[in-house]
Amino acid sequence: MAMVDIRDSVSGLTLEERFGLLLVAGILIMVLDLIRRLVVGDLAFTSFMTFLWRGLVDGLVIGLAAVGLSMTYSILRFANFSHGDLVTTGAFTGWTAAWVVGGIGAASFGSRILLNADRGTSAREINLHVYAEPLAIVAGLVVAAIGTIIVALVIDRLVYRRMRNAGGIPLLIASVGVALALRYVIVFFYGERTRGPVRSTPTLSAENHAWLIWTDSVAVHQLILVISAIALMIGLHLLLQRTKLGKAMRAMADNRDLALITGIPTERVILATWVIGAGLTGVAGYLIVLEQETLGFNTGWFLLLLIFAAVILGGIGSIYGAIAGGLIIGMADNMMLVWISGDLTRVAAFLLMILILIYRPQGLFGGVETA
Amino acid sequence: MTDDEQSNDGSERQASLRERFEALPRWQSDLLLIGATLLGLYALMGVLGLVTGLGVSGVTRTLRAVTFLATAYALVVLALNLHWGYTGLFNIGVAGFMAVGAYTMAIATADPDPGPAGVPGLGLPVPVGIALGMIAAGLVGLVVVLPALRIRADYFAIVTLAFAEVIRLLITSGALREFEIAGRELGTGGGAGINFARLDTVIPNWVLYRGGDIEQGTNVLGYQILTLTNAIGIERTMVENWLYTFTMILLVAAVFWLLVRTGNSPFGRMLKAIREDELATKSLGKNTPMVKIKVFVLGCAIMGLAGIFWQGRNGYVDPNAFLPIVTFYIFIALIIGGSGSNTGSVVGALVFVGVLFEGPPYAQRIVRQNVDLPRPSTVYDGVVALGGGDPMPLIGYTVGELPNLRFILFGAILIALMIYRPDGMLGHRNEPASPIDLRRERSPREGLADTASTDGGEVDE
Amino acid sequence: MSETEATGVENPEEGAAPLEVSNLRKTFGGVVAVDDTSFSVERGSITGLIGPNGAGKSTTFNCITGVHTPDSGRVVFEGEAITNLNPNQIAGKGLVRTFQIARELSEMTVLENMLLAFENQQGEDLWRSVTPGLRKRVIEEERAFLERVWETLELFEIDHLAHEQAGNLSGGQRKLLELSRALLTDPEMLLLDEPMAGVNPSLEKKLLERIHELKAQGYTFLLVEHDMDVIMENCEHVIVMHQGRVLSEGPPAAIQADEQVIEAYLGGEV
Repeated sequence: MAMVDIRDSVSGLTLEERFGLLLVAGILIMVLDLIRRLVVGDLAFTSFMTFLWRGLVDGLVIGLAAVGLSMTYSILRFANFSHGDLVTTGAFTGWTAAWVVGGIGAASFGSRILLNADRGTSAREINLHVYAEPLAIVAGLVVAAIGTIIVALVIDRLVYRRMRNAGGIPLLIASVGVALALRYVIVFFYGERTRGPVRSTPTLSAENHAWLIWTDSVAVHQLILVISAIALMIGLHLLLQRTKLGKAMRAMADNRDLALITGIPTERVILATWVIGAGLTGVAGYLIVLEQETLGFNTGWFLLLLIFAAVILGGIGSIYGAIAGGLIIGMADNMMLVWISGDLTRVAAFLLMILILIYRPQGLFGGVETA
Repeated sequence: MTDDEQSNDGSERQASLRERFEALPRWQSDLLLIGATLLGLYALMGVLGLVTGLGVSGVTRTLRAVTFLATAYALVVLALNLHWGYTGLFNIGVAGFMAVGAYTMAIATADPDPGPAGVPGLGLPVPVGIALGMIAAGLVGLVVVLPALRIRADYFAIVTLAFAEVIRLLITSGALREFEIAGRELGTGGGAGINFARLDTVIPNWVLYRGGDIEQGTNVLGYQILTLTNAIGIERTMVENWLYTFTMILLVAAVFWLLVRTGNSPFGRMLKAIREDELATKSLGKNTPMVKIKVFVLGCAIMGLAGIFWQGRNGYVDPNAFLPIVTFYIFIALIIGGSGSNTGSVVGALVFVGVLFEGPPYAQRIVRQNVDLPRPSTVYDGVVALGGGDPMPLIGYTVGELPNLRFILFGAILIALMIYRPDGMLGHRNEPASPIDLRRERSPREGLADTASTDGGEVDE
Repeated sequence: MSETEATGVENPEEGAAPLEVSNLRKTFGGVVAVDDTSFSVERGSITGLIGPNGAGKSTTFNCITGVHTPDSGRVVFEGEAITNLNPNQIAGKGLVRTFQIARELSEMTVLENMLLAFENQQGEDLWRSVTPGLRKRVIEEERAFLERVWETLELFEIDHLAHEQAGNLSGGQRKLLELSRALLTDPEMLLLDEPMAGVNPSLEKKLLERIHELKAQGYTFLLVEHDMDVIMENCEHVIVMHQGRVLSEGPPAAIQADEQVIEAYLGGEV
């Protein structure tokens, strides 16, 4: 009897609900298997903690970049394919500033301003890490945000503003054009070479720091990434909840037509969208390089689809959803290593995104949260 | 459109030429447009090359390379036009479908016993490999389109792009580098790629030699061709290259024919109607999901074919040939020509490859051959020199960067087209979808009243 | 006009109501748009469906034509349940609709728009359209279709626009195009969603004349309309919806005198 009941209630569900059920079941099985592996000893607790920590690091930075993409997607109503290159812009402007500040005396200005495009110096000579040059690292972070905001605003003025009433597809195509142009403007100045602008990170060892209970040692640069990202997210939260502007943005992300009727100043909200979105995105680009220690003109472009995945998982237009989506993608990308090899984790992430787009386009938490 | 700005005399002559062009049957005017673009391109590159001393052989080599690439692009652009231009299916996973075609062909025709370094394949004949590649690309298209039928255009775009990336990542992954199916060793070769039958040798050999085997000597046609080319002093490899390029031209012609017939038919009419308004089309009793499935699979099969003949010509493929950016190049070519028009697709491919893609490196070659420019290693050095009154280093740096600058140009063109001319550079072409030329149809009543009616009275815009 | 009569409707079961809607219900995220709506439409009649804004008329239309799937209830057309069919299947059964905002195919010419309407064209099969030998038949069929297209265009007096892109037409011309296009699908019954909205008075007169001619040939009409005069002067039967339910139905005179209806409309305006 119970079996029949279940079958009845399943057949009464919509496709979305069935998909959701399947997804929850899948996740449950994976969590159970994870616990089994931990108990049996198939998976060492330390490597589990490492996966978790790396997932947090990746997830926060993707979430940071995803906030901007989600906001522009819902407020300007198009999938911005140049968002990845805003990440790259943040990375290049930020690290250029860090080199200009941090490399005084160690390398020529011409070499520093182009991030060693002439191969005249190296990160080793400049010795750019947070203990040696804290000021440079902070300056870079600030400039990454400001530089990316300026670039995004210029692009909006030149391109998107002329297309406010164009459909989503023409805007999407234009954004592909912006992506190409922006990427190769960067190449024109900095060259095609992938470089390592950061010196290897110092680490904190658990022996000296009692609060490091989950691991033996932690990279300081990762710690900086996690702290800055969380701080920015809290700031964003306060901005959205406490200020009038934040409320207007949430309203517009939620339902643009309704917001227009109620007399929200559209252009001002769009401006704020770019400032906040691009600022966070630029910082994300800067922090990615701090953590990964390499920088190329494709850095952001290669991340674009992962950022999209985060946005879609969280539900387009949901700012908290984007952060959560980023964390899920980051965690999944690392946790999947328990089951599949490293070159397939991204396949899993993309397939998940495809399934969500098809069966649950409102995102995992769609309808639960707004804004 | 700029007619009014010119002198009366000139505009009249132009108008009459235009009228005569429009009075031609559709297929003739189409061929004329494509032929004129091709000739214009050849003339431009030829004259530039000769004037600046690239020499005859240098010019012909460039022309052949450009022709080959243009035909390769034309194949894919035509297929994409079927998806997007006709039906409005915003597929940005083109590179993925090409990869499926090329890799299926590779695995099917690769040597089963390649030695220790290579990846084994099935060792099937080339025509079988081509057929399998197209079928596989079509089937993957089916897998993509079936669940994605009902989703929004921008979601469809992301789904197709993500799928293409999934395909590329799978090909690259270690898991598929070598695998076993039914006791046979197969593989994609992972990031290192895979070797298989060389199309650009196999096909010319079929044309030139008995049984396609160089050992058995030339056949009748081959003898004629080789004697003639020998007499003019053209190397055999050059002949083979040109033969492969001609094969590509024939392929483009065949696909063009197929798609023009598809477009100019009641089936094509449904495609256009779906692009314009799917619900309205459904409400007229059309089974639009079925039509979309058919058209998507057909387009993907052609993309697979293009992948085989383009990326697979050297008998070697690796995943880097199928990066997502390739899809966007194809989109640029389609948008330049004007999506929705098969003729525009071919013209767009020619212009994109000849002018935008190959143009800047060609210009760089010509400049470097004639002017001795300094080559500073960074833009900073150029700017410093400019500050000192010497512009040459900066110019030299810019010339050196021409191959990269063209991507900025691509981007700028896409943006400009989207802002100013969303219908494409050639503008909107009125190609009514019907097996008969509807532009010439007149109401029977009008025909009775006035046989010599003014034609083309309703030229749009 | 005599030619078009040949394409009129043969009535299979004279008298029986071609369209019956029973207990239709549709909600959107908890909001009830149509609630327990039942009515039937008489063969060969022009039936009006009216009601204040948000009464559920369009949703009812969309549920009948398969655009929305109703939560519960039944739609029967010519004795056959069509409740869960797709829009194209329903149109194929001879129940064809037009839209409130005309959905002309704007980048296609008027001729293309009209030619699209014919059902089961040989050339809609990709294979037949492409294969050399078979294409001849497709072309022949296309010529036959064209003849009917010209006839219909002349009847609606838009033949001079045949080569125009549909998007360049005026609002009224689009409505004419949509109606004439719907006719070419060989329907038995037409559902017209606000056919007079945005149409100037002289065109409106023309449209109504056409509708009456078609009715005389045996077509059945159900129309949603805001213009009370149009409804009262042209419909034999009027159904009034209010808050998702059928409030009242009957001949125009009775409806005009109905207290409930007057209150519903006045209530909507206050």
